Amino acid sequence: MSAMFDVARVQADFPILSRHLNGRRLVYLDSANSSQKPRQVIDAMSRFMEYSYSPINRSAYQLAVESTDAFEGARGKVRAFINARRDHEVIFTKNATEALNLVAHSWGRANLAAGDVVVLTHMEHHANIVPWHMLAAERGIVLRWVELTADGQLDLHNLGSLLDGAKAFAFSAMSNVLGTINPVRHLTDAAHAAGAIAIVDACQFVPHNITDVQAMEADFLVFSSHKLCGPSGIGVLWGREDLLDAMPPFLGGGNMIADVRLDGFSCAELPAKFEAGTPPITEAVGLGAAIDYLNCLGMANVRRHEMEIVDKAITTLNSRFGDDITIHGPTNLEVRGATLSFAFRDIHPHDLSQVLDQANVCVRAGHHCAKPLMRVLGASATARASFYIYNDERDIDALADALEGASDIFSI
Amino acid sequence: MPGLEDLYREIILDHYRTPRNRGQLETPPAVVAEGHNPLCGDEIQVYLLVDDEGMIADVKVSGQGCSISQSSASMMTQAVKGKPAAEARRIVRAFKAMMSLPDEDAADDGPVNLGDLEALQGVVKFPVRIKCATLAWNTFTQCLDHSVSSA
Repeated sequence: MSAMFDVARVQADFPILSRHLNGRRLVYLDSANSSQKPRQVIDAMSRFMEYSYSPINRSAYQLAVESTDAFEGARGKVRAFINARRDHEVIFTKNATEALNLVAHSWGRANLAAGDVVVLTHMEHHANIVPWHMLAAERGIVLRWVELTADGQLDLHNLGSLLDGAKAFAFSAMSNVLGTINPVRHLTDAAHAAGAIAIVDACQFVPHNITDVQAMEADFLVFSSHKLCGPSGIGVLWGREDLLDAMPPFLGGGNMIADVRLDGFSCAELPAKFEAGTPPITEAVGLGAAIDYLNCLGMANVRRHEMEIVDKAITTLNSRFGDDITIHGPTNLEVRGATLSFAFRDIHPHDLSQVLDQANVCVRAGHHCAKPLMRVLGASATARASFYIYNDERDIDALADALEGASDIFSI
Repeated sequence: MPGLEDLYREIILDHYRTPRNRGQLETPPAVVAEGHNPLCGDEIQVYLLVDDEGMIADVKVSGQGCSISQSSASMMTQAVKGKPAAEARRIVRAFKAMMSLPDEDAADDGPVNLGDLEALQGVVKFPVRIKCATLAWNTFTQCLDHSVSSA
């Protein structure tokens, strides 16, 4: 391990990792689904609720000021974490799914008409497919798809023709199934050259890499809190100020208005315009604490640690199981994160995950909310082990040992 | 935690490795229904042929799934084939009751011998897998409903 990254100290920060089930330690390999939470996040949320909690933006009392400062402070932390220009370009949503729906609903309805083209890729999560399908059904927009290479990267040979005439290109920065890290800047440049905007689903990318929305030249970027050590219930839409300003509101209600009359309403300024109703206040505080925590580790160190872990995982699994294991996605570590989807012998992923559970090895089995990609892979499901800052070689060995156990049961 | 031996009984693994009544039937005269397990992505098709006397003349299953869904489907086909449709519905209700999914209509059913299917009762200890075990049965019920409405 890198001298700059002490995984034992990281593990000690996560209370749940000291839990034993049936006398065995927990081997949590499902962080691409949702990450565990460090003591620092849990404490920040508890302290806030015990000491400072109140509604925000509305009242003059001391608590309301403290609460509003904490909430807006979290927005500032998010802005700095992704190197956005302005705090009010950061919109808090319920999750990344809602953020993508916000873009499709608000930007899409204001800018797309029948026949307009939106380009997606075969590796998208359902959250970056279904909102566009809904718009296609309602508006008659046309979807085009970037296909994949055999090793699970985007096949960009015909990107120019796919983007020709397109209004938007919405793509994942990192695949939640294959672990593929896409060339975001190349893709945003291609989108802009074609006159399209670039919408980046960065759910799997932000928790594991340095994110710079300006260097990416993105127009919109979404991610969730719960995958980067923060709580569930809050996500982020970052958007370019001029785009957000020109968009109609998404949800209507309190907080998003400047004025409401019997004959209509006018919108508040950014970011309130897109934050109708009481927001996830405590969750924002938790997200801010999670960002502080990751900044202390250093995102460059996080990425280095994960490259080492995924390298060891691939090496261990391939050397122990050879042709009996098929790991999907790129082998080049430069373009892959620490998310491993695999097929093991002929054992169905659901059965695999059941057997691994006996050893407290938590992996996801299923279609990973990416059914179009599953069809490309020719599978109905895969097993997926995903590693994060608190995983080490012991977890890789525990996974491999548990896979041996699965072979014994199914004796294939 | 319940042990895996409760789940992966030998007879289940046998049906998984050597599924009975796999394949397709010509539609029509048979009817087909498709079932999805939205949690894991499994998809199966059940084909059902009910004859003029209301007997289940043939039933086949295609598609893919885990050991529990595939073995349950295989055992189901054996349990219902050659039986009157009404009897098949009784077996469905009894099986779902074993999966802790009782049906109001089951009150008058009396005892139903599930035979090999009893091996699947361990699934109840793994609640996530109940959907796997019942996938074929729900799909089969759709087929029965289609057969009745088209008869």
